[in-house]
Amino acid sequence: MKEYIKQAGLAGIYDKVVASERLSIDDGLKLFQSSDILAVGYLANIVRERLNGDRAYFIYNQHINYSNICTNLCKFCAFGREKGDELAYQMSVEEVKDKVRQRLDEPIVEIHMVGGIHPDLPFDYYLEVLRGIKEVRPDVHIQAFTCVEIAHLASLHGASVAETLAVLSDAGLGSIPGGGAEVFSARIREKTCEHKLSGEKWLEIAATAHRCGLRTNATMLYGHIETHEERLEHLAALRDVQDETNGFLAFIPLAFHPRNTAMDDLSNTTGIDDLKTIAVSRLFLDNFPHIKAYWVMIGPKLAQIALSFGADDMDGTVKEEVITHMAGAETDQAIGSSTLVRLIREAGRIPVERGTLYDVINVYDEQ
Amino acid sequence: MSLSSIKNSVASAERISDEDFLFLHDQGDLFELGMLAEMVRRRKHPDNIVSYIVDRNINYTDICVSACKFCAFFRAPDDPAGYLLEKEELAQKIAETQELGGTQILLQGGLHPDLGLEYYEDLVRFMKQTTIHVHGFSPPEIQHFAALADCSVREVLQRLIAAGLDSIPGGGAEILSDRVRQAAAPRKCSSDEWLEVMKTAHGLGLRTTATMMFGHIETVEERLEHLRRLRELQDETAGFTAFIPWPFQPDNTPLAESTAIEKTSGLGYLRMLALSRIYLDNFDNLQASWVTQGPKVAQLALFFGANDFGSTMIEENVVAAAGVSFRLSEKEIRRLVADAGFTPRKRLMDYTLV
Repeated sequence: MKEYIKQAGLAGIYDKVVASERLSIDDGLKLFQSSDILAVGYLANIVRERLNGDRAYFIYNQHINYSNICTNLCKFCAFGREKGDELAYQMSVEEVKDKVRQRLDEPIVEIHMVGGIHPDLPFDYYLEVLRGIKEVRPDVHIQAFTCVEIAHLASLHGASVAETLAVLSDAGLGSIPGGGAEVFSARIREKTCEHKLSGEKWLEIAATAHRCGLRTNATMLYGHIETHEERLEHLAALRDVQDETNGFLAFIPLAFHPRNTAMDDLSNTTGIDDLKTIAVSRLFLDNFPHIKAYWVMIGPKLAQIALSFGADDMDGTVKEEVITHMAGAETDQAIGSSTLVRLIREAGRIPVERGTLYDVINVYDEQ
Repeated sequence: MSLSSIKNSVASAERISDEDFLFLHDQGDLFELGMLAEMVRRRKHPDNIVSYIVDRNINYTDICVSACKFCAFFRAPDDPAGYLLEKEELAQKIAETQELGGTQILLQGGLHPDLGLEYYEDLVRFMKQTTIHVHGFSPPEIQHFAALADCSVREVLQRLIAAGLDSIPGGGAEILSDRVRQAAAPRKCSSDEWLEVMKTAHGLGLRTTATMMFGHIETVEERLEHLRRLRELQDETAGFTAFIPWPFQPDNTPLAESTAIEKTSGLGYLRMLALSRIYLDNFDNLQASWVTQGPKVAQLALFFGANDFGSTMIEENVVAAAGVSFRLSEKEIRRLVADAGFTPRKRLMDYTLV
C-alpha cells in the first residue's frame, strides 16, 4: 500500500499520518489537489480506524424546522423566506409539540431543530418551544439553534451569550448543531451571506458554549465559490478552537445544493469532491472525534462508501428533511434504521446506534 | 494463495484464477480491490482518457413473451397498454439524436410474439437511411427471431447484417448460469444460447458488448461462472468491445415482490466492478453505470476499473421503469470525467475516439 501512496506523490503525508503528526495547510492542499482519490481515502481511513475502530454510528432522530422566515436570506439557501412570502411559515409552540407527539411511538432520542433568523418571534417563543418538546417527550435530547440563531437569541434576550445559553439549557436545550458555519472566510461571507454572523463570532459562540458545558458540532458548506485554501483555513480555525475547548463532537461537511438558490448557475458537487472533502477533514481535524457523512446531502450510496474514506457516522433516520430538499436534493426524506444498520455492516463496520453525545444505545454486533 | 501473490499476478499482467477471484471477493478490502483494478485500468488505458458515447436507447416494443421476473418494463402480449413503435416516431427519435450529435441507436425490445424477421429487416433498413449506427437486438431477441422464423442464428444475423445491422448489444445476459436463468427468467434463452449468438456474431465480423445484471438471486460462484464464460469466449473471438455490469433494480419487479432482495449498495457495486476489471483481463473496456448508480458513484467507478462513462442515454426506459431515473447531459458527463482527473473523449461503439 505504501508503494501505491508513494506513486500518488503522498509519501510525506503518509509518514505523518502513520506517526500521528498534525497536517499543515500545505499538506491539505496537496491532498485536495491529488487526483488519486483511493490514496487520499486510504490515508483518511487510517485515521478513522485509529480513532473509531470498527464502529460506525447512526442516530434515530427527528428534524423540526420551526420557521423558514429569515432576515439573512443567504444566497446559497433555498429554505429561507421573507416574512409575508407565500411560502413563508412559522410553527406555533403547539404545532411543534404536535410534531413531536405524532412520532411518540418511534424510538426517537434526538430532536434536531433549527430555523431562520426570524424578525419578530420573541425570546419566550424559543423557551416555550424547548419546554414544550420536553413536556411531550421528557427524555429526548434537544439539539437546537445554530450559533447564528444563538447570537440572535442573545440579542433578543438582551444578555450575554453565556447567560442566554444558561437560560436555554434550563428550558431543555441539550446541545448545539453545527450549522451556520458555511465557510468562515470573510471574502466568502461577503459574497454569499453578508448579513450572517461573521466567522469569528460563530467560533466565539461555539467556544462559549463549550465553556458552558454544551457540546456542539461544526459544519462547512462546500462546493460553491470557495477555494481549497479557504476550506483549509476553515478547518484550521475549527482545529484551533477544538485544541482550546475540546467541545466539538463531530464535523459535518455539507455539500452545496444549488437548485432554487440565488447561486443556481453552479453545479452540484461531484462524488469525488464529496469523498475528498470528507477524507481531508478526517486527516486535518485530528482533534475531532467524529466525521459525519450526512446521507441526506450526498445520498446513502456515497455515505456508505464514505465510511471507508474517513467518516464514522451516517447521521440519522431523519424524516421531513426540508432544507436540503428545497435546494433540490434527490435523496429520500427518510431512511429506516434497518437500512442504516445494513449499509454500515456491509461497509465492514459494527453499527452503533447512538445518542446525540455519542452515548451508546445499541451495538449491532450480531448478524 | 495470498493477497500479495494475487497482487504480483496483477502487477505482471498475469491472469488471475477462479480461486484468486473468490479469495479477493471474500478477503479483499475496498482499497485493495480499487488499487488492483486501477492497476489494470491504467495499463490498458495509459493515456488517462475516459470515453463516452452520445446515443439513445430506443425500445421498439415493450410487448414480451419472456416475462422475466426481474423486469419492470415489459407488457404481456394480451395487455392493451403494450406498444409497438411507429416508423414516424422512430424517425423522429433518430433525427433528434442526430441533432444532439448522437452517433448510435441502441435498439432493443421485448420478445414480440407475432413479428417476423422481415419486420426487423425492414426496421433496420429504414433506420439505416439516416446512416446512424444501429447497435441492435440482444441475443435473446436474435434467438427469438430464429425460433419464430425456424432458421439458424447465423441466418438471422446474416439477414440483419445485410439489412444494415452494425453491432449487437450485450443485454439479456443477466447471469450466465442456467440455475439462475431457470429461476428468474425461465423463458429467456439459456447461457449457451446467449453465448452462441455472440460467438456467431463475432465470427460474422460484428462487434458486441457483454453485460451482467447482478445482485438478485445469484451466488458469488454464479457471478464468477458468468465472468469465466465471457473470458473464455473472448479468448476465442476477441469480439467483445466492453463489459458492462450493473446491479438489479428491484422496484416494480415481480422478483422483488416474491423474494426478499436487498438492493445492491454503492459499495457492492464498486466491489463487483473492480473484481470484474481484475478478472476480465482480455476485455479492453469496462463501463460505469451512472444510470443505476447516479453520477456520484459512477464518477468513483473510474477508480474501481471503469474507463468509460457509457452513454448519454438521450432516452432510457427500462431502468426508469424499475424506479431509478438519473439524467446526465453530455456536458455534465464531461465535467464529471474531468473533475475526476481524466480526459473526456466522445467515442463510437467500437471505442474509436471522435
